[in-house]
Amino acid sequence: MTQESQKKSAPADFDRLSRIALDIRRDVIKMLGLAGSGHPGGSLSATDILTALYFQVMRHDPKNPKWADRDRLVFSKGHGCPALYSALARAGYFSVESLLTLRKLESPLQGHPDVRRLAGIDASTGSLGQGLSIAVGMGLAARFDRKDYFSWALISDGELNEGQIWEAAAFASFHKMTNVPTILDYNKYQLGGSCKEMLDMEPVVDKWKAFGWETREINGHDLREIHDALLWAKSSKSAPRIIIAHTVKGKGVSFMEGNNHFHGVANTKDETVRALKELGESDAEIARITGMMK
Amino acid sequence: MSALVRRMGAASRDAYGKALVELGAENPDVIVMDADLSKSTRTEKFGKAYPERFIDIGIQEMNLVGLATGLASCGKVPFISSFACFLMCKGYEQLRVGVAFPELNVKVVTSHGGISVGEDGASQQSVEDFALALTLPGFTVIVPSDEHSAKSLIKQAARHKGPVYVRTSRANAALVYDEKTEFKIGKGIKLREGKDVTLVGTGLLVFECLEAAELLKEKGIDASVVDIHTLKPLDEELILSEAKTTGAFVVAEEHLTFGGLGSVVSQFLSRRHPSFVEFVGLNDTYAESGSPQELMNKYGLTSANIALAAQRVVSQKRR
Repeated sequence: MTQESQKKSAPADFDRLSRIALDIRRDVIKMLGLAGSGHPGGSLSATDILTALYFQVMRHDPKNPKWADRDRLVFSKGHGCPALYSALARAGYFSVESLLTLRKLESPLQGHPDVRRLAGIDASTGSLGQGLSIAVGMGLAARFDRKDYFSWALISDGELNEGQIWEAAAFASFHKMTNVPTILDYNKYQLGGSCKEMLDMEPVVDKWKAFGWETREINGHDLREIHDALLWAKSSKSAPRIIIAHTVKGKGVSFMEGNNHFHGVANTKDETVRALKELGESDAEIARITGMMK
Repeated sequence: MSALVRRMGAASRDAYGKALVELGAENPDVIVMDADLSKSTRTEKFGKAYPERFIDIGIQEMNLVGLATGLASCGKVPFISSFACFLMCKGYEQLRVGVAFPELNVKVVTSHGGISVGEDGASQQSVEDFALALTLPGFTVIVPSDEHSAKSLIKQAARHKGPVYVRTSRANAALVYDEKTEFKIGKGIKLREGKDVTLVGTGLLVFECLEAAELLKEKGIDASVVDIHTLKPLDEELILSEAKTTGAFVVAEEHLTFGGLGSVVSQFLSRRHPSFVEFVGLNDTYAESGSPQELMNKYGLTSANIALAAQRVVSQKRR
């Protein structure tokens, strides 16, 4: 057992988790600033959920990324992958410094996750709507093999527009898939604007209930609430469970919060400095990063 | 070679059903899923033999492919089936990002390829699945011509590491082979020697090519016949040797003339050995309702039409 898989059973240390979440937010800003393109808003909204998954709840081993009995995570909202990459690096799958190669030619850190190139990625994603089906397929494999791992799915609100999500939702409840705990990162925005303006999927909770899922609404930035909800999501005996995590797009950086400009536009050099200062990064590190920017 | 006799065998979809049952016994990791067409695709045979490894998921092709992605990424060997047009067209993007891109070991075996579907009409007849499968990087693409080739190649597909597409047909197929014939993925089969023109067929059109060669003999044209059951990877060696011998081709397929076997063969030839090529297939059109034979006649997917194309290409060559 490595460090990370031992820690999973230890009581949650929420100070430690919030320090990790802060590191991930700093990483996201640095990565996107250096890449010059990418999706800050949806990376920052998913950060606390990813922190609780990889540093407290999921059974995994960074030294053995292909471990057959590991929990999987299908990160269906692939565009938010900078936060996922940072979580994986900080869990020990690869070096934190390599995060700075995001979106560069030959980097294993592709613009959207590529399972072939990067250790710790469980599914190639980036085409919205596909991830829940994949997680359910992994859950079926566990059932066939009588294994007790969970295949987690992290989906976005914009993805709820896609028909395939509801195909998978119907299938999962009909087949009583209790090993596919799912989290909706409900940050209320998609590329073209607010979910309400684009294609309002409310009442979201009622829709999942109607499809046979058990639901729980939480504040997706409160690590205690997230932690408790993740444990709830994996302890069902009959129906699949989804956590509706109310989040803030761009969470943690004042000028990004709720500002949908930052859905798919990376932070500029000036914005990188401002964001990193807000996140308490050291002047030396800010200078190092901006020194690498054009 | 003795005179050609049209002896009808089973449909290639029936051979698929039989192959699956054998595969179920041989490999415990084989999982079969269908999208509510298991009676037609013949996956129901596997479902009866191995109910614990069979899921008829309902009418949801996108989810069908996604489930296969999840299963394959955990070491299973999923076979997924539906009609060719539904699985390939509705599931294409899921095959792209979920199977081809991550290079997963998923076997896509469809039925009801081509217009020999018959009376159900154009919406059920797949005329573009070769093109779609060929444009999935890393996919092996197989189109068997009769029950024997279908059973053998599908069983090989299960052992092959990587994604495979196999198109089967609804209609009973004339026998091209017997049960002793050996097949190898990627290796075309030369069925008849000839020096004037090469008839390249796949699927149900292989037998039509054989019959066309008989018709051409009466016209004094000596035709070679080749079965390209694997469209990708193409047996380039065989096509090149034909090009050197005959220098003229007719490519016949139950598919649009765009993007299928004709495109694959002529792209190779234009690079390695420019030759005269004629195409027998659907010319930028869907078909309609009718009996399979009526449709094959109306849309020119017949030995007579292949023979006419061969005469054209031979006269071009001699000009």
